[in-house]
Amino acid sequence: MENLSDRGGPAQPLLIAKDLRKHFKVKGGAPGATVRAVDGVSFTIHKGETLGIVGESGCGKSTLARLLLHLIEPDSGELVFDGDPVGEMRGISVNALRRQVQMVFQDSASSLNPRMPVRDSIAFGPHVHGKTKAESSRIARDVLVKVGLKPDLFGPRYPHELSGGQKQRVNIARALAIEPRMVILDEAVSALDKSVEAQVLNLLRALKENFNLTYLFISHDLSVVRYISDRVLVMYLGAVVELGPVNEIFSRPKHPYTVALLASRPSMDPANRIEEPPLTGDPPSPIDPPSGCRFRTRCQFAETVCAEVQPVLGQWNDRDSHIAACHMRDPASGHSRATEVN
Amino acid sequence: MSNAMTLPQHPAKEQAAPKQRGYWGSVLYRLRYDPVTVFFGCVVLAIILAAIFAPVLAPFDPYKESIIGRLKPMGWKGHLLGTDELGRDLLSRLLYGGQVSLLMGVVPVAIATVIGGTLGVIGGFGGRRVNTAIMRTMDVFYAFPSVLLAVAISGAMGGGAANGMIALSMVFTPAMCRVAETATAQVKNLDFVEAARATGAGTLTILRYHILGNVLGPVFIYASSLVSVGILLASGLSFLGLGVKPPTADWGLMLSTLRQSIYINPAICALPGVAILIASVSFNLLSDGIRSAMDVRL
Repeated sequence: MENLSDRGGPAQPLLIAKDLRKHFKVKGGAPGATVRAVDGVSFTIHKGETLGIVGESGCGKSTLARLLLHLIEPDSGELVFDGDPVGEMRGISVNALRRQVQMVFQDSASSLNPRMPVRDSIAFGPHVHGKTKAESSRIARDVLVKVGLKPDLFGPRYPHELSGGQKQRVNIARALAIEPRMVILDEAVSALDKSVEAQVLNLLRALKENFNLTYLFISHDLSVVRYISDRVLVMYLGAVVELGPVNEIFSRPKHPYTVALLASRPSMDPANRIEEPPLTGDPPSPIDPPSGCRFRTRCQFAETVCAEVQPVLGQWNDRDSHIAACHMRDPASGHSRATEVN
Repeated sequence: MSNAMTLPQHPAKEQAAPKQRGYWGSVLYRLRYDPVTVFFGCVVLAIILAAIFAPVLAPFDPYKESIIGRLKPMGWKGHLLGTDELGRDLLSRLLYGGQVSLLMGVVPVAIATVIGGTLGVIGGFGGRRVNTAIMRTMDVFYAFPSVLLAVAISGAMGGGAANGMIALSMVFTPAMCRVAETATAQVKNLDFVEAARATGAGTLTILRYHILGNVLGPVFIYASSLVSVGILLASGLSFLGLGVKPPTADWGLMLSTLRQSIYINPAICALPGVAILIASVSFNLLSDGIRSAMDVRL
């Protein structure tokens, strides 16, 4: 592999997503009906940071992850990886992107080939990228050590002979084997026991330091996201509703959805139980999202302006920007609480 | 959650590496402890060996007729299993007949596995249009009962062993294709295929390394179960006069010609049927055993 070193310097964002959109056709639905799985998502990931993405099930987190690797072709939008547009003449190819960005999936069992010893699964990536068989298996041994598994003991095993945590370590090893610069972790620890989850999270942190990795960490578990992320992006119904540094988001959430999400965490204090769930019901259908603000149907502060005008996320200036797509944050919006909250 | 940044130690530190068998090694290991499968595997092996070494084993010339020695009982003048309606030694004819019957049972299945399996993998992995084109064509063959289809095809092409095998291949191909397509479609949507794509692997590489290994198992199991059906159908074709031509020794054909003598010497007349029964049951049970040995919870 040629040197995939940092080209644009630390100030240049590693990945810029601009207005990504993916609408799936609805089978058997009304003609032209689409599920707006990802509907105009923009964000940047800086070098060496961990960007957490949170949101309810079905809000488009996983679709977004797959769009970033072009595992699903986006309908529109642009990806810029370290200054190079992806999939365009003057930029880098999708394959070149896939060499630098890897993904770890939620289901540790189905993301390993059941008929392959895990060392072969790990060696597959380097082999595809032109390493010889011998080199690939040496790399596989090395990364197995790095994720804390003994190569002689675990390498020859088949996935069904490993525990969930061990399988997920193998998946992480597989992702690291081709020396990516960024790893997308799509609910990578969600299926693990709490104790194993903590081990894997610590492993991820250690690996990030050792290999100068950048993480995109997708999860529905707020405490996990808080533990591992530098910045957090909150998604609702295919759109970004809030984006900011992790402490800002958790201590001073700006969007009512984020507030509700944070309030829905189980309390650690038995005297301070949640009596009523802050969010009730299912999110509205992404086939026909509400007009204006998508969250207004479940928002206690919704007013007429929320139904009429779609709030904009606003512009982020640097990595410390904390922005939210809510009319209450925009004094010019005409929302009655706009000035009061700010 | 602790704040320790060190790599967590794995608990199984000094445990010796257990003896590793590959996938097929573990299948063999399980087969060894399944007496039914071992027994019928031996029967199948015996049938195959008997067919191959028929020229050596047969006590008489299977085509030598005798006017006075017709339909004699078992053990008559050294004819261990008696003689048929033309006075030919039945044991010799059964041994030689095994050659044709096995060939007609195995060759069409092999052809169907290659053609149907390839089409099925292409259909399962390809896009919606490719899939529709292949699978709907196969459905046309499915519309006919398999026996009727075999009879119709070999009838239209004229009898003979070669045409019979072509007919049977055409009967088995759609079923084989369906099995391969289902297996491929199931595997295709698993995360490890997506992970391989995310690694930057091309379609052919993914097919070779990740799909085939997972599809071959089910395809092989199904093929082994088709062999017994193939033997039955081939016998059926011969019985109807659409398979091999007399005087060639073939179990189905022997059953057909001996049928008329059933009131004279029923035990002798039933023997080709018994041979067909033993062969197809043995192949079937062997295939079942292999299936359960290969069906590891993965």
